[in-house]
Amino acid sequence: MFPKFSLRSMFYGAGGGNDIQWCFSQVKGAIDDDVAEADIISTVEFNHSGELLATGDKGGRVVIFQQEQENKIQSHSRGEYNVYSTFQSHEPEFDYLKSLEIEEKINKIRWLPQKNAAQFLLSTNDKTIKLWKISERDKRPEGYNLKEEDGRYRDPTTVTTLRVPVFRPMDLMVEASPRRIFANAHTYHINSISINSDYETYLSADDLRINLWHLEITDRSFNIVDIKPANMEELTEVITAAEFHPNSCNTFVYSSSKGTIRLCDMRASALCDRHSKLFEEPEDPSNRSFFSEIISSISDVKFSHSGRYMMTRDYLSVKIWDLNMENRPVETYQVHEYLRSKLCSLYENDCIFDKFECCWNGSDSVVMTGSYNNFFRMFDRNTKRDITLEASRENNKPRTVLKPRKVCASGKRKKDEISVDSLDFNKKILHTAWHPKENIIAVATTNNLYIFQDKVN
Amino acid sequence: MAGAAGPGTGPGAAGGNGDDSLYPIAVLIDELRNEDVQLRLNSIKKLSTIALALGVERTRTELLPFLTDTIYDEDEVLLALAEQLGNFTGLVGGPDFAHCLLPPLESLATVEETVVRDKAVESLRQISQEHTPVALEAHFVPLVKRLAGGDWFTSRTSACGLFSVCYPRASAGVRAEIRQHFRSLCSDDTPMVRRAAASKLGELAKVLELDSVKSEIVPLFTSLASDEQDSVRLLAVEACVSIAQLLSQEDLEALVMPTLRQAAEDKSWRVRYMVADKFSELQRAVGPKITLSDLIPAFQNLLKDCEAEVRAAAAHKVRELCENLPTEGRETIIMNQILPYIKELVSDTNQHVKSALASVIMGLSTILGKENTIEHLLPLFLAQLKDECPEVRLNIISNLDCVNEVIGIRQLSQSLLPAIVELAEDAKWRVRLAIIEYMPLLAGQLGVEFFDEKLNSLCMAWLVDHVYAVREAATTNLMKLVQRFGTEWAQSTIVPRVLVMANDPNYLHRMTTLFCINALSEACGQEITTKHMLPVVVKMAGDQVANVRFNVAKSLQKIGPILDTEALREEVKPVLQKLGQDEDVDVQYFAQEAISVVARRLHRPPGEAGVIPDAEGSERGRALRVRGRGQDPGRAHRKRAARAASEAAVEAAWFGGTDAAKGPACQLRVNPRDALALLEIADLVPFSRD
Repeated sequence: MFPKFSLRSMFYGAGGGNDIQWCFSQVKGAIDDDVAEADIISTVEFNHSGELLATGDKGGRVVIFQQEQENKIQSHSRGEYNVYSTFQSHEPEFDYLKSLEIEEKINKIRWLPQKNAAQFLLSTNDKTIKLWKISERDKRPEGYNLKEEDGRYRDPTTVTTLRVPVFRPMDLMVEASPRRIFANAHTYHINSISINSDYETYLSADDLRINLWHLEITDRSFNIVDIKPANMEELTEVITAAEFHPNSCNTFVYSSSKGTIRLCDMRASALCDRHSKLFEEPEDPSNRSFFSEIISSISDVKFSHSGRYMMTRDYLSVKIWDLNMENRPVETYQVHEYLRSKLCSLYENDCIFDKFECCWNGSDSVVMTGSYNNFFRMFDRNTKRDITLEASRENNKPRTVLKPRKVCASGKRKKDEISVDSLDFNKKILHTAWHPKENIIAVATTNNLYIFQDKVN
Repeated sequence: MAGAAGPGTGPGAAGGNGDDSLYPIAVLIDELRNEDVQLRLNSIKKLSTIALALGVERTRTELLPFLTDTIYDEDEVLLALAEQLGNFTGLVGGPDFAHCLLPPLESLATVEETVVRDKAVESLRQISQEHTPVALEAHFVPLVKRLAGGDWFTSRTSACGLFSVCYPRASAGVRAEIRQHFRSLCSDDTPMVRRAAASKLGELAKVLELDSVKSEIVPLFTSLASDEQDSVRLLAVEACVSIAQLLSQEDLEALVMPTLRQAAEDKSWRVRYMVADKFSELQRAVGPKITLSDLIPAFQNLLKDCEAEVRAAAAHKVRELCENLPTEGRETIIMNQILPYIKELVSDTNQHVKSALASVIMGLSTILGKENTIEHLLPLFLAQLKDECPEVRLNIISNLDCVNEVIGIRQLSQSLLPAIVELAEDAKWRVRLAIIEYMPLLAGQLGVEFFDEKLNSLCMAWLVDHVYAVREAATTNLMKLVQRFGTEWAQSTIVPRVLVMANDPNYLHRMTTLFCINALSEACGQEITTKHMLPVVVKMAGDQVANVRFNVAKSLQKIGPILDTEALREEVKPVLQKLGQDEDVDVQYFAQEAISVVARRLHRPPGEAGVIPDAEGSERGRALRVRGRGQDPGRAHRKRAARAASEAAVEAAWFGGTDAAKGPACQLRVNPRDALALLEIADLVPFSRD
């Protein structure tokens, strides 16, 4: 495997997405319906080669799946993802100074660019970020002077020559070890972490502040954005997500609950309280309602791989912004416009505050995000075609092609359509991930992880 | 088991054939793979002992292959291993076999932990010198090439540090290859490798032929200095220093200066910061002529940079820059081209900038002489002494000695006093702590009269500060003052006031008396200690608070060596014996400890000083017990927490490395993490009263 992360392979590796037929590949997680709280998946992330796929859950666990090497005989199915390593990343804690419980739930996972044979990832809960090393070991030392291999001691008087242990092959063992713990820097809940393209720093964002860390230094971080007003009663917005530009090391963006995105240039000054660009779309007065501000809150922001665009997800739509145009997005896709009339009940059952994430495919030509009823949506930026698919256990034979779903917005329901009223709002797809080079996607329903791939003829 | 044992070596026969010596080595070898990291570390640190026992042959064929595979271990073990291997040449059979050490170091040079890699590279550099030129090309250079062409960037970064040691000793053909490898690393895909290359550029330039420097290093330097990554560009500034030293003035002007000018105006403040931070080195490297034509204007810009970090870094360099100017015309340059900018900085909006300036500005007085100092600098000093930020005032006060030499401190004393008093009463205990440390210095410069009149009461007030660290520093301060002003002064001024506190209703104050006695007894000598201090300590043995009583025991142990044997026998011993029977186990413990020390001294012939074991050491780790019987049960714990908190916080606040991050941001809003949390605890701990 080649460690250097090449953009070129990404562009040629992934298909356009327009005529893709998506097939079921795998489903992970328990089948039974009663879901244990701890098993709810809270984040999904492919590493830079796509060979590894990590999930985090509310129980503080990280599960890493590894793609099997391609099977020559069964060339129609690409390598399946199998469990590679599972470890407890975070434990529940109690902050005695503030009398607060700290949940173990993993909010985000980010893979580091590969630096040697081992893999590294950052995982975070509300307060503490940890750097984990995942490494393989296939040799172990053998031979003692003073005891047998099974631990029985030898009579020391029988030792007449010295014996140096030798390494012998053993079954492959995958170890996850915590390498750094970055703690005590966030007063509020961490919502994002993002690694800089300089490979040595990363940012972490909570509701009001963004901190900059060096990956090797745990005892200090630098606060680069602070939007906390002197008087908390004047608080009008919070930071909802933040991300570094994929190749310009001095640029990062953060989104707010008011629907704006600020781009900051770290070259200009050490503190980035003043943004250099503000992306904001003027509100459409005709759509104005009590819920306008809530649904305009941005739940996720992601740069395209090329770094030219960024995508934001608000409650009802996905928007693509050109970094060179601040006053409106270049593309807007409606995810589930039929919910606009339902906002009142969605407010009452708190669904309106759900934080849907979004992702790009490897070539930046298709974007994907989740919805309710275990539906997820894809938008092809070139053809403007969109599709709704469902992650479900029905039709879960491998290579079954997923049927497009349709939600009926108006009164008359055609065959094959689902009425808005029958959507299950407890089944939501918040987290999705797209393989960086291939058409393989990972979609997290409540406690199951579905893997789909395009049909290879 | 290897079958080398002789026929007579049965289970019972080992005693006879001298193999006892093998046992400790066998243990060491076994512990190389013990589960306990400490034991592994211990074994690794004694690797030379193991190698010596194995002999050069087995070390090469068995031990080194084992170590080569040991890369899964903890960082600290790997670090120790990397270090050991650097000094291993003798143990593998001398320079002819030095190349046997390369495989383990090669694998260590690819681990992810930077400290381990750096240590491995350091050891490799050491070993490279032990290779013969032939061996170097046969073994070492191929290793460097392997690392340079490695798949992972960890190995390529390590390679960067090895070129400069093999280049001077390699043949012409190999040299060309080395240069080629370095060139490709300078344009590596990953910023990590480019950074490593940039940071080694200067070092390599030094060993290259001058022609190659001009034809190859300079273009690499230029391209790294315009890298898209800020973190690479800023390292090129460092390389600039080394390269500039190698070139003639004309070449410098033509090849390096355009890049340097560009760096000084870089769009990224981090790069400009680096220029400011390396200014003195740059100044020395480019020489006086370019300094005047280029660097001074650049420096002026840095002093009024829009980013406070940059201004602060430049302000730090003001003194060095001025000192390094050619003596001829120096005064004029400073007065006309530097001083106007400094005047601006005195009223800068950013306190870090002001405090950076305050830490060096006093040094200008020696350069500018008495008259200029009085006319131009003194107003600035006085303004800074009134600055709203305590750090600025503190920095001025801490550098008073520079001014004292030039104009005498009297000029300042009127303004000085209010500033000192204000700092002494600052709400932040760290500020109070800091000013205490300058008291001995101030006392020396202001003289005993001024001190008694104005400062003495401050010094006593600190003894009852509500933060332990301040009280502790105050006791040390008293000791230093006594050393300076003499025992007579101590007896008349300090000792009575300290001893009065022994009757204070607050047990913490009573303990402070004991701590003061611990600190002062030696400086005051036997007479004062016996006559004045000992009775007070003895009396306090009846204190109702156990914490006080066991500190009495510790104090008696501490002042024991100063007393004569008669006092020890007549006064100390009975008290300790009584404390030894105390109802409280902690008191018993410390009393017993003191008794054993005192007893040793009593049984020793006079004149031979007893060795007093470190009482601190024995106390450590001994948790204070919660007490019963109507005493505040949580107090001991709180006291301990406060102390631990303040100590940790002080350490974090004052000794925490500021240059840990490569990035300069030493004064960005540093997150008030552990230190502050601890501070909060320290402030929360109530100042309990009995």
